[in-house]
Amino acid sequence: MRAVDAVMECLKAEGVKHVFGIPGGANLPTYDALYDAGLRHVQCRHEQGAGHAAEGYAKASGQVGVALATSGPGATNLVTAIADAMMDSVPTVFITGQVRTDLLGTDGFQEADVTGITMPIVKHSIMIQDPLEIPGAIHEAFHIARTGRPGPVLVDIPQDLSRADIPYEPVDSVRLPGYQPTKEGNTKQIRLAAKALANARRPVIYAGGGVVNADASPELVALAVSDRFPVTCTLMGLGCFPAPHDQWLGMLGMHGTRCANYAMDEADLICCVGARFDDRITGKLSEFAPRAKFIHIDVDPAEISKNVPAHIPIVGDAKQILPKLTAEYRALETDSARLDGWWERIRGWQEKHPLGYEDSEGSEIKPQYMIEALYEATGGDAIVTSDVGQHQMWTAQYFHFDAPRKWINSGGLGTMGFGLPSAMGAKVAMPDEQVVCVAGDGSIIMNVQELATCVTENIAVKVFIMNNGYLGMVRQWQELFWDGRYSAVDMGSSPDWVKLAEAFGATGLRVDDKAQLPGVMKQVLEAEGPVVCDVRVTPEENCYPMIPAGQAARDMVG
Amino acid sequence: MGEPATKEVLNLDDLQASSGFRTGRRHILSLLVENKPGVLARISGLFARRGFNIDSLAVGPTDDDQISRITLTVDGASHPIDQVTKQLHKLINVIKIRDLEPNEAVARELALFKVSADGDSRGQIMEYAEIFRGRIVDVSKRSVTVEVTGPDDKIEAFEQMIRPFGLIEMVRTGEIAVSRGRSAT
Repeated sequence: MRAVDAVMECLKAEGVKHVFGIPGGANLPTYDALYDAGLRHVQCRHEQGAGHAAEGYAKASGQVGVALATSGPGATNLVTAIADAMMDSVPTVFITGQVRTDLLGTDGFQEADVTGITMPIVKHSIMIQDPLEIPGAIHEAFHIARTGRPGPVLVDIPQDLSRADIPYEPVDSVRLPGYQPTKEGNTKQIRLAAKALANARRPVIYAGGGVVNADASPELVALAVSDRFPVTCTLMGLGCFPAPHDQWLGMLGMHGTRCANYAMDEADLICCVGARFDDRITGKLSEFAPRAKFIHIDVDPAEISKNVPAHIPIVGDAKQILPKLTAEYRALETDSARLDGWWERIRGWQEKHPLGYEDSEGSEIKPQYMIEALYEATGGDAIVTSDVGQHQMWTAQYFHFDAPRKWINSGGLGTMGFGLPSAMGAKVAMPDEQVVCVAGDGSIIMNVQELATCVTENIAVKVFIMNNGYLGMVRQWQELFWDGRYSAVDMGSSPDWVKLAEAFGATGLRVDDKAQLPGVMKQVLEAEGPVVCDVRVTPEENCYPMIPAGQAARDMVG
Repeated sequence: MGEPATKEVLNLDDLQASSGFRTGRRHILSLLVENKPGVLARISGLFARRGFNIDSLAVGPTDDDQISRITLTVDGASHPIDQVTKQLHKLINVIKIRDLEPNEAVARELALFKVSADGDSRGQIMEYAEIFRGRIVDVSKRSVTVEVTGPDDKIEAFEQMIRPFGLIEMVRTGEIAVSRGRSAT
């Protein structure tokens, strides 16, 4: 059969049901094979949109997301999505067309060295050189993307090789001598960690996106409630520990709660699970958690002691390690009373520094109120995606995620324009769930073309634009740290979002009155098909609290 | 730490950070990698973007044509070596990494020195070459080229000796190394 038909067989064997992409010259054979392969293809309007859709699909479902693009500009348009998937460890496979082998290296039409360009931002990439390699390469790509620390894998297939006739036999195992992720975790280290927890007087569990990726949320909760361990999550980890829980401190980091950051600052033992001590978490590294010893559980050994030296490193899959740690800890039968003083201190911070804002007196919609209203309107029962900026932080703060895979955003790379296409991918993966995108007026326009995809493919995402007329987070930094010199942050009043939505064939609504907001939100959520709701909020509201970049938890402002 | 559920006290203050330290010495990393296109680019790209300096790098085939050997020397004073090796391990095409202890390995490098040699100095250069067990591999009216093999400090010592005569150029292969004893590197 043609190599591209073998690709389709491989995709099906890997359990793929949906792919996102755009055809072009070099991947015409792939699209010919796709024509009657029995997979649902979502025809996106920009390859970046296809890439983020594959990410949203993967983050919502835990399945590998797949995006297809042609050579040259098609492939380079994927680059941001690939980098995003790398930073946030999203299991994704990108299959690009490449020019014919006789044109390679000649600056042929639509030729770009996409394996070279993406080398620093992929978990792995495979440039096909022999059509017989193709089935094995596809299976390797899926295996690498979904195991260990998940990530993006690129397979680049020259056009002539994709048309070659090859014998196809199902491949049931991959042989990768240089790739054997550790899963189980060292028993002695786990035992040592349990003892450290038993001897800690001011412990904190600091959980990240790795817990979500490992589907280890129940195991994390079990560890936390094996005693009264306080829990905080990174932006990527939100939902892996239920926000309404009594032991929940809120998110930590730059826009985290004071309580979570102060607890990290005073902790004597921090148990990090599936997080990587990013600079948005640590602030000034030399003053980060100065009194603490660190247990670091991560599937990627290179994350351990990368930024913060670990005292008890445990390499492996959180889903396997956490139950063992919980069992070891329970066996110690430690007296929980030793944590009384610590909880008193934590409750003090919670009382003194709750998350809050000054609500408006009149009809003005405060952005924080908008998120609270959305939380009310959805009952918290929605998959929420976002772009990047103030609206993202407010959503993280005020939408109290109680389950994993409900909160989809771009954390590591911080990609504006991520929200709409990732919502689209999430909705394709989870058609019965309410999927909401909280967008910024600066961000949404970066991938707004995907509204056409949503309309054409009937993907009913609900977009709420937090419209403050600014690149809000940049404006906030200019106000606070650059003497209020607002350089290139005013978005003006263009476009008219309602008309834009309507032009795409979606429903457009606008609301600028606080009293009407809950009703309009309900209307949006109940409407058929994709909807864009332009929510006019306070133009110059700042997102607090905040640790200014490069400063310590104690320096929080606001 | 004994058996499960034993209750000995663990003082948190006794816990030591386990890694992330600079060793302060030079490390020879011996890598087995899949013989596939782009592997060297992946490794050099990794070093470049993580800000690790490579002191020397040598690539060659092994007895298995599917596998190549890369020998890297890295300064353990400027980077935590465990971070370097862990990042290298993340590359799918890297099969095995061995951080060779200097006293448990034999390391050699080959260098070619082209030196100005007219009249009197020629004899002296040849004398030094003999002391260093080097070989004269090319002679012209105004130069000699000496081949010297050895660990990098020997190469550097020879360089010191002949530099005053006028070193026209020097080419070094970068160190390769193999572990001592019966077991494979």
